[in-house]
Amino acid sequence: MFDATMMQAVILTLKLAGATTVLLLLVGTPLAWWLSRGRGILRDVAATLVSLPIVLPPTVLGFYLLLAMGPQSPLTALLGRSLAFSFEGLLLGSVIYSLPFVVNPIRNAFEAMGSRPMEVAATLRAHPLDAFVTVALPLASPGILTGAILGFAHTVGEFGVVLMIGGAIPGKTKVISITIFDYVETLDWARAHILAGGMLAFSFAVILAMTLIERRLSGARP
Amino acid sequence: MTFHRLASLGAGPLLAALLLGTAASAAETTVAVAANFTAAAQEIGTAFEAETGHQVTFSFGSTGQLFTQISQGAPFDVFLAADQARPEKAGADGLADPATRFTYATGKLVLWSATPGLVDAGPEVLETGAVTHVAIANPSAAPYGAAAVEAIAALGMEEALAPKLVEGQSISQTYQFAVTGNAEAGFVALAQLAGQDDGSAWMVPEDLYAPIRQDAVLLSRGEGNEAAEAFLAFLKGPAAQEIIEEYGYGFGG
Repeated sequence: MFDATMMQAVILTLKLAGATTVLLLLVGTPLAWWLSRGRGILRDVAATLVSLPIVLPPTVLGFYLLLAMGPQSPLTALLGRSLAFSFEGLLLGSVIYSLPFVVNPIRNAFEAMGSRPMEVAATLRAHPLDAFVTVALPLASPGILTGAILGFAHTVGEFGVVLMIGGAIPGKTKVISITIFDYVETLDWARAHILAGGMLAFSFAVILAMTLIERRLSGARP
Repeated sequence: MTFHRLASLGAGPLLAALLLGTAASAAETTVAVAANFTAAAQEIGTAFEAETGHQVTFSFGSTGQLFTQISQGAPFDVFLAADQARPEKAGADGLADPATRFTYATGKLVLWSATPGLVDAGPEVLETGAVTHVAIANPSAAPYGAAAVEAIAALGMEEALAPKLVEGQSISQTYQFAVTGNAEAGFVALAQLAGQDDGSAWMVPEDLYAPIRQDAVLLSRGEGNEAAEAFLAFLKGPAAQEIIEEYGYGFGG
């Protein structure tokens, strides 16, 4: 029953979620650091923008992304090709869609750490970047791990944005959620059950794992 | 003119009967409509409400999506599908009254592009580098998508177009992909192009795909609903027929 179509959708989804998570960690960690260091209107606006995808309907993101990827858009002119209906397009959409789920936990971890560890490192004449890598990152590692897991899981569960900008191309944009939608629309309950049940088990495992990891990490700290 | 004011004039019992009569005859119905028929249905709905005083609410989607909803007890009274298979199955599954099924329109498939001059001359341009994406409707849920796949096969372009195909979840999304230019061309319903001359179009020859006969049926939930039955009757009538033809459909089939 688990056929090549499903396998293709699963692999594609894992690829998309993996790439999104890596990109988000690279972009999100410095962003979270900056947001956590101080106050100001610029930071407030940036933090609000980061959190917007939590409340925005995916159709709103999908709509603007679709326009942004259109043939006449500046983005298309810049890249020399349209991102619509491509893996790269989904990647861009997913990075925006899952941004708060990665940035906010990391930012919280940096904020909880306070300014003291970095001050101590500075008095010991550590270079700021050195201090960031050897002091701040390890201290914030529970938050970074939470962010990575949430970002990955949230991208796996993405549906509305993909529906609007993906075009359901097998192996390129037809992720698990779209495949389930297809099965349901054609009354193929049996296949829908396999993928939907898998998603249910996956999501349960993710949340449970996160709870356990957080407990262990917070318990291990003095 | 309120009931109370007239009742105080001593015409109570008679007027009560009259008013109740009117209330009973102005009924409401909800109709599930295949996406290709969206604009035509809205126009027919307005004419229907003006003539009968009944109220009609439409719910649009791909035929497959609507059928799934109906099979799960969606509150629809009438089903206007884009094929014959699903209304027939609704009858067979006890979800509809099979005796009420009839073909209300026969749809036509068009290759359309937002770019003027691109597809006027025929589908060969789809195989060239000028076209990177061709939009079709999801063939398993949308009959126009199935017709597009059939036509592409008949044209012998399956292999060349396979990497270029993108699927809309209904024919509405397919048209949207083409209008925004995200797909350079798309196989859409002729009815969607009514009233606009932009872009370029190529009528897909009707011998390349099985006729898209679109059937309507009264769903079990609509049985005994005066407005639902009146809507189906209106759909068969000359006023609706005129609108259906204006949108480029064949009538009946």
